[in-house]
Amino acid sequence: MGPDQGRLTMELIGEVVAWFTDPANWTGTNGVPNRLLEHLRLSGASMLVATLIALPAGLAIGHSGRGGLLAVAVANLGRAVPSYALLLVFLPFFGLGDAAAFPALVLLAIPPILVNAYTGLRGVDRDLVEAGRGMGMTELQLLLRVELPAAAPVVVAGLRLAAVAVVATATLAALVAGGGLGRYIADGFGLRREDRLIAGAILVALLALVVERAFTFAERRTLLPGDQRRPSTADLAPPPLQSGLR
Amino acid sequence: MSNAPSRAATVEFRHVTKRYDERAKGNPAAVNDLSIEVPAGRICVLVGPSGCGKTTSLKMVNRLIEPTSGQIVIDGVDASTREVTELRRGIGYVIQQVGLFPHQTIGQNVATVPRLLGWPKARQRERAEELLATVGLEPARYRDRYPSQLSGGERQRVGVARALAADPPIMLMDEPFGAVDPIVRERLQNEFLRLQEELAKTILFVTHDIDEAIKMGDLVAVMQVGGTLAQFGTPAEILASPASEFVARFVGADRGLKRLSLSRVRDLPLQPLITARPGEDCALARQRALADPFPYLLLVDDRSRPIGWIRDADIPATGTLTEALAVPMSPLLNRRTTLKDALSMLLDADVQAGIVVDRAGAVVGLVTVDMIADRMRDTAGENRFGPLEPDAQEDDAAPTGEGPDGPVDTLAPPEPVEA
Ligand SMILES: Nc1ncnc2c1ncn2[C@@H]1O[C@H](COP(=O)(O)OP(=O)(O)OP(=O)(O)O)[C@@H](O)[C@H]1O
Ligand SMILES: [Mg+2]
Repeated sequence: MGPDQGRLTMELIGEVVAWFTDPANWTGTNGVPNRLLEHLRLSGASMLVATLIALPAGLAIGHSGRGGLLAVAVANLGRAVPSYALLLVFLPFFGLGDAAAFPALVLLAIPPILVNAYTGLRGVDRDLVEAGRGMGMTELQLLLRVELPAAAPVVVAGLRLAAVAVVATATLAALVAGGGLGRYIADGFGLRREDRLIAGAILVALLALVVERAFTFAERRTLLPGDQRRPSTADLAPPPLQSGLR
Repeated sequence: MSNAPSRAATVEFRHVTKRYDERAKGNPAAVNDLSIEVPAGRICVLVGPSGCGKTTSLKMVNRLIEPTSGQIVIDGVDASTREVTELRRGIGYVIQQVGLFPHQTIGQNVATVPRLLGWPKARQRERAEELLATVGLEPARYRDRYPSQLSGGERQRVGVARALAADPPIMLMDEPFGAVDPIVRERLQNEFLRLQEELAKTILFVTHDIDEAIKMGDLVAVMQVGGTLAQFGTPAEILASPASEFVARFVGADRGLKRLSLSRVRDLPLQPLITARPGEDCALARQRALADPFPYLLLVDDRSRPIGWIRDADIPATGTLTEALAVPMSPLLNRRTTLKDALSMLLDADVQAGIVVDRAGAVVGLVTVDMIADRMRDTAGENRFGPLEPDAQEDDAAPTGEGPDGPVDTLAPPEPVEA
């Protein structure tokens, strides 16, 4: 790194700061609030649908203990295919824009939610389940009153992993002419406007960080008193999923 | 308990067999042709070595496990015909590892079944508090804690409270006091026996500890590996006449001593003894004392409470009796003291005779080592499996239903009555 390089870096930082302080970047279709909203809308919708599919499936498999291998196999298959490839796969069917990104994000979010719900439930002490069943709980009562509360930290950790991955990956929507914060990156790249590109990257990173913090907070809430210093529950889920998504 | 105890139910196993692997017909079953009948309001202990099918038998009652063949009949109704959740809500269940729900407070845990039954919130709470008090946990202190904040013994109490919550006529208890140290276990056992005197539930109680079985059971079913019933009877019957080599070995070589803990001082015909008060004339007292074979005179106060022994030979020829003449006292027993405790105290004492006193502390009679030995010989059963002398079988030692009672305070000397 020569002095030249250093000067350039300083200049770039100045430009990025200028980008953030330029009121023009905070209004209109291409303003930060609108792009953020688009980003959250796409991520939120994907998470919602993925949760509606994966959570009941994971809980059902975890509760009954049947179909566990199948679930893991499906989940792993989903993870093996890169999101970018998925995006392109859906392009012909859904056309340009968020519509193509949406199913790709849903498929991205399903594995961690499914697998954590499944492993979380499987990890619940069998004695608790036995006690509940022996006292006359129905299977649904067992699931909702015994298994889910006991597995909550792991289940929420799955949601966290999925949410962070979705928020980060939603950036790719811009590549297929969608909206969201990814626009800054795609446009910055296309127009060779480094300030915009870096500003976009910073925004995406910040958002992912905020989402991660929010879910971690929720996870903590599910821990029991006297249990506060338990290691991060993310560690409880199977390792391959973790490394693939973080 | 404010609620009147619910009616207890009879529980009957009729030729119950459980094979976990039904295809392997040759395999030993987990439970094999088990037939026992537990009368309402009694504690039946299932005891046997690990893996002999105790837990399996228990779980077939609340249908966590379905029998391969045979029936379990509760109050005349085949359990398999009852709606399963309804059946289970009427059977208290204490599992081997307690199984409290970690994410629920103690109060919520105890109210589990009332909640399932849809009781109003306020009544659930009230009931939980009542039961915590019943099992000796101060409600205000424990209600809002979580299971992880309790000691092992406290958790076991909560487990029992939870099983009692809806006042079920039947209780299944799988090694309920297994995970605590012997001292706490003994206390929990005693408390539970006292509680059962009021509750009079029908209880199936699993343990692998023969001493616990003898202590807790009105009836004891000894099981052996392969899930067969080795013997079914009262603790006294099983100790006095083991039905097989296996039972004899399982109850242990010290079963004679164990039998001692089933009989109490009140089961013995007490020996009368000579008493005198301070201030009595020595010559007269001596005359009376020498007329009796027992070589001591007991000095008592004006309420007949013992002060101490005076050896017949040491009574002065003239004057009056004084407390200074008395030698240290023998152990005081009451009618509820077990013969085991009595014998142990007698062996330790200078004068090997136990003074039996009533609730007011007044002397009622004497127990000697010989009397205890006679009693044991008289109640020994005829059997081929041990060194006991063949003799007429007599089972008034601990008749069914009487059971062990008030075992904690048997060692305590009776409190003197306040005027
Ligand atoms: N779910 C199961 N599937 C197959 N075999 C089982 C199952 N549960 C128990 N068994 C077997 O049945 C036999 C009886 O088991 P059970 O749990 O009733 O024993 P137990 O008397 O309660 O023993 P312990 O004192 O160790 O608790 C054992 O040989 C055990 O291995
Ligand atoms: Mg067992």
